[in-house]
Amino acid sequence: MTITDIPTQAQAKAKKRSTVRASDPKNPNLTPAQLDEFGDRLDALRQEVLGKLGKEDADYIRMIVKRQQQFEIAGRALFYLPPAWPLAVAALSVSKILENMEIGHNVMHGQYDWMGDPKLNSRIYDWDTMAPGENWKYGHNYIHHTYTNILGKDRDIGYGILRMDEDQKWTPQYLGNPLYAFLLMIFFEEGVALHDLEVDRIRSGERTWEQTKQVGKPIVKKVGKQVLKDYVLFPALTGPLFLSTLAGNAVANVVRNIWTFNIIFCGHFPAGVATFTEEECENESRGHWYYRQLLGSANITGGKLFHIMSGNLSHQIEHHLFPDIPARRYPELSVEVKKLCEEYGIEYNTGGLTHQLWTVAKKIVRLSFPNGKPKTNRTESPSADESVAA
Amino acid sequence: MSITTKLLGSKAVAALTSPHGVDRYLEMFNPMWVATEVRARVVDIKRENPNAEGSAPVATLTLQPTSTWRGHRAGQYVQVGVELPGSARRMTRCFSISSAASLPGERITLTIRANDEGQVSKFLVNEAQVGQMLHLSQAEGDFTIHESAATPTNNHLVFITGGSGITPAMSIARTLLRDGYDAKANRKVTFIHFARSEADQIFADELAAIAEADNHIDVHLRYGDQVFSEFELRRLVPDFKNTDTWACGPGGLIELVKDAYGEENARLRVEFFKPPAFSTGAAGGDVSFTRSGESAENTGATLLEQAEALGLKPEFGCRMGICFSCVKTKTDGTVRNVLTGEESSLPDEEVRICVSAPVGDCAVDL
Repeated sequence: MTITDIPTQAQAKAKKRSTVRASDPKNPNLTPAQLDEFGDRLDALRQEVLGKLGKEDADYIRMIVKRQQQFEIAGRALFYLPPAWPLAVAALSVSKILENMEIGHNVMHGQYDWMGDPKLNSRIYDWDTMAPGENWKYGHNYIHHTYTNILGKDRDIGYGILRMDEDQKWTPQYLGNPLYAFLLMIFFEEGVALHDLEVDRIRSGERTWEQTKQVGKPIVKKVGKQVLKDYVLFPALTGPLFLSTLAGNAVANVVRNIWTFNIIFCGHFPAGVATFTEEECENESRGHWYYRQLLGSANITGGKLFHIMSGNLSHQIEHHLFPDIPARRYPELSVEVKKLCEEYGIEYNTGGLTHQLWTVAKKIVRLSFPNGKPKTNRTESPSADESVAA
Repeated sequence: MSITTKLLGSKAVAALTSPHGVDRYLEMFNPMWVATEVRARVVDIKRENPNAEGSAPVATLTLQPTSTWRGHRAGQYVQVGVELPGSARRMTRCFSISSAASLPGERITLTIRANDEGQVSKFLVNEAQVGQMLHLSQAEGDFTIHESAATPTNNHLVFITGGSGITPAMSIARTLLRDGYDAKANRKVTFIHFARSEADQIFADELAAIAEADNHIDVHLRYGDQVFSEFELRRLVPDFKNTDTWACGPGGLIELVKDAYGEENARLRVEFFKPPAFSTGAAGGDVSFTRSGESAENTGATLLEQAEALGLKPEFGCRMGICFSCVKTKTDGTVRNVLTGEESSLPDEEVRICVSAPVGDCAVDL
């Protein structure tokens, strides 16, 4: 199973592998009773924070929305001043990043539904990106968050394009893994929008064209809306500066793409993050679900501003344990989660942005080649292989 | 509608201001500036029953809605959303409009009784100050009359109301009188109202003035133990079963009125309040899924499981309360969140049916 035993600087002791299984010896083999107890304690933690939700959280999200709007207004306005173009792009990029991450992603998770404000309601909000909220909520909130890191079930493992796990069968097309990853980073917005089309599943015959057309319609509509806004209306409003505004909007969108791609890839792909087989998750208890979220996610360390700009997805572990709790609560939750992990001997995967990114990059490059040694220490599950490789 | 409003409400502006919408930008400057949403500022608050000992206070709030308010027909209600102090939760409740029919942008009044269980009504009556901003819906409801002072008919109209159920009927009576209704048309209106006590009677002076005037409106006020009886109604309106009637009040009154008129009597329009149900603390009772018409004994399982046991196929996702795919409106009853144990009895509340189990009787729009 181990193919790259390269001790990293940060964690010289714990050897990191390209792909880690839940069954790996480094992970504690918790008994069902222990898992239940573990689950109960996390439930209690969740309860504690839910009880605290109130004005502070509402004020916070409204403050973020206000700041984001101010950045957006500044960005859109500065395009009228050609020398200020770089400033305009910067302001618009910040606005788009804030909107997609701390606002859009989190609001659409239902984190603020309790406020009863239709403007911040997961069923109404649709973010400033090409992926329609409705499709994304299905693929992300349901599929990805429920089946996190289960091979063959979680479509966020490689997004149907990349080989991110040894158990995805290698084919020569994966030699382009690093190139695909790079392109996905630049066109992340388009990639996320198309993700829900599950093009790979049409090729494999699991899905018909008819079904795909149904999913495709809202995508076409949303993409049209986004294009109209950023590449027609706003440029047209700046009259003779049409092209410069259009270019600025495009750059801001790409800046946002690069940033979100990097944050998100650090969530589940850094070295040490475990994947699970379907068998391991059959009739899963709530405790095991928590355990899987913990082993299947990784955090990024950083300052307060960094956490805000990443929509607190730098606390991916806490986000996966408590996806519907307002993200600004993750830092305080992480203190307790870490303590629990120590108690149960569960690895709490965290590191600086560059460190986490570096291990992700290594994984992408390594997995563009076939697996080295044959696997020895775990039973194969051919069905999982097949569906992931598709 | 002014050109500015039209422009701000246009699709192009909506596209430019997505995803928040133009109102989120306008409110940065003035909460009364809106393009699509409806809000209102409280401009006056008047206590209606200052001398009523031992009964809940009632107040009339005068609201100045935003220019987006499309007006209302007499008898309609409006949803009022408010963030209670100390909590960031917006609570939304329905209140009948007590003022005469309004035109777009015109002021309206709400006459509200501060129910013991009603957090919103208590806040609006006891704590709200002039200047308070409220979120409104457009006017809703069909508890209205299609006749006006100018309609050339001589139909007899009957209103039977109880407690604060008087408000929509008051709106109708005020509209008729404002628009020139008088005795000349020889059109009779019979207004029967039941209140807890004389001191608790709201609109007392105005009702007395209406009764006094030569307008063919008869007002019959009944207090305390004088409950509705078919016998009395027959004495006042012999042919009541064939007379257009509007009844609004607590569930008990409505049941009596319905019995008197007989099932399926199209002449009778009713509207009643939905007080929050009280938890029985245990499973039991009936669960009904109103849209599909299915119902069964409450097994204590989650609403999703009980719906599926009845052969329904509601949409769901994670089945563990994280993805919000299964949110439905619980129209009546109490549910317990199986994850948190928290119980909630609010009417018309959105619940995740995969983690909500009914406690006692429960109805879900599914």
